[in-house]
Amino acid sequence: MSVPPKRARPEPVQVVKQRRDAMLQSLVQGVPYIQFLGIQFERHGDELTAVLPYADKLIGNPMIPALHGGVTAAFLEVAAIIELSWTGIWEDMEAGAEPVPRRLPKTIDFNVDYLRSGLPRDAYARARVNRSGRRYASVHVEAWQDNRSRLFAQATGHFLMPLRGEKGE
Amino acid sequence: MPDAPAPPPDQTIKDPRKKIAAQFIAMIPHAGALSMSLTDVGDGEAVITMPYDARLVGDPETGVIHGGAVSALMDTCCGAAVMLHPAAGMGTATIDLRIDYMRPATPGQKITARATCYHVTRSVAFVRAVALDDDTDRPVACATGAFTVERSGK
Repeated sequence: MSVPPKRARPEPVQVVKQRRDAMLQSLVQGVPYIQFLGIQFERHGDELTAVLPYADKLIGNPMIPALHGGVTAAFLEVAAIIELSWTGIWEDMEAGAEPVPRRLPKTIDFNVDYLRSGLPRDAYARARVNRSGRRYASVHVEAWQDNRSRLFAQATGHFLMPLRGEKGE
Repeated sequence: MPDAPAPPPDQTIKDPRKKIAAQFIAMIPHAGALSMSLTDVGDGEAVITMPYDARLVGDPETGVIHGGAVSALMDTCCGAAVMLHPAAGMGTATIDLRIDYMRPATPGQKITARATCYHVTRSVAFVRAVALDDDTDRPVACATGAFTVERSGK
């Protein structure tokens, strides 16, 4: 009879959650513009949803009224950058390694499709990293409001990844 | 476009348009939140500036403005250029907008966007724009977009 291999005890769930949430907060909190727009991130496992709570200052057309197209673009871009950083540090974080502080990816280009006008309500966005190489990454983002299947905007962007350990210019 | 009404002479159209366009920009809550101001207009052309603001920083280590704020400036400026085109109406919405970020804007400097609405069909306006800081020889960003045309006759 072979002895079953010894396995490390799984970490308590609260420890895991706290580590992940703290890491996510450290990504988001340091960026003034994310705070200015009021963007928050909800996390389920490794899945992130960006949330843009409605505020009057986000309006672009006071007649309709509709969210400003620039706000929509900015929201999608923030969602893409945070998702890209998050997927980049996930493995290090889960391996228990203290992730090296890295700079955020830089946007090379960003292409937004406006599918319908943004209503004066909360908006949500999820990004998918389609390719992440050592230097370049391609990310797709979708944004919706009331119905997940009725997107009001989508975007694709290309990003320049920070080199490992790159801290300053 | 043979059935388009002949545009009124420049002298009578330019100033009221600039006034209306400036008022329109001033009425946009988000343009106000970013302190944008319309500084110059032409037929299908608009120039809008946005001062440096620490709240708009995207990289706290360098103090560089977030690309999203540049997007908001570009989108506003492109929309204004559409409204200032003689063949387009006073309302428009973005269909798509692509922005290329060539370099980070220098912290502390205002960003100026210049947009040109270079072609208008019955329902679509095509626009390109450039964003500059004090070093006007090296653009910060470029944008191209398509916008809806909403005819005033409707």
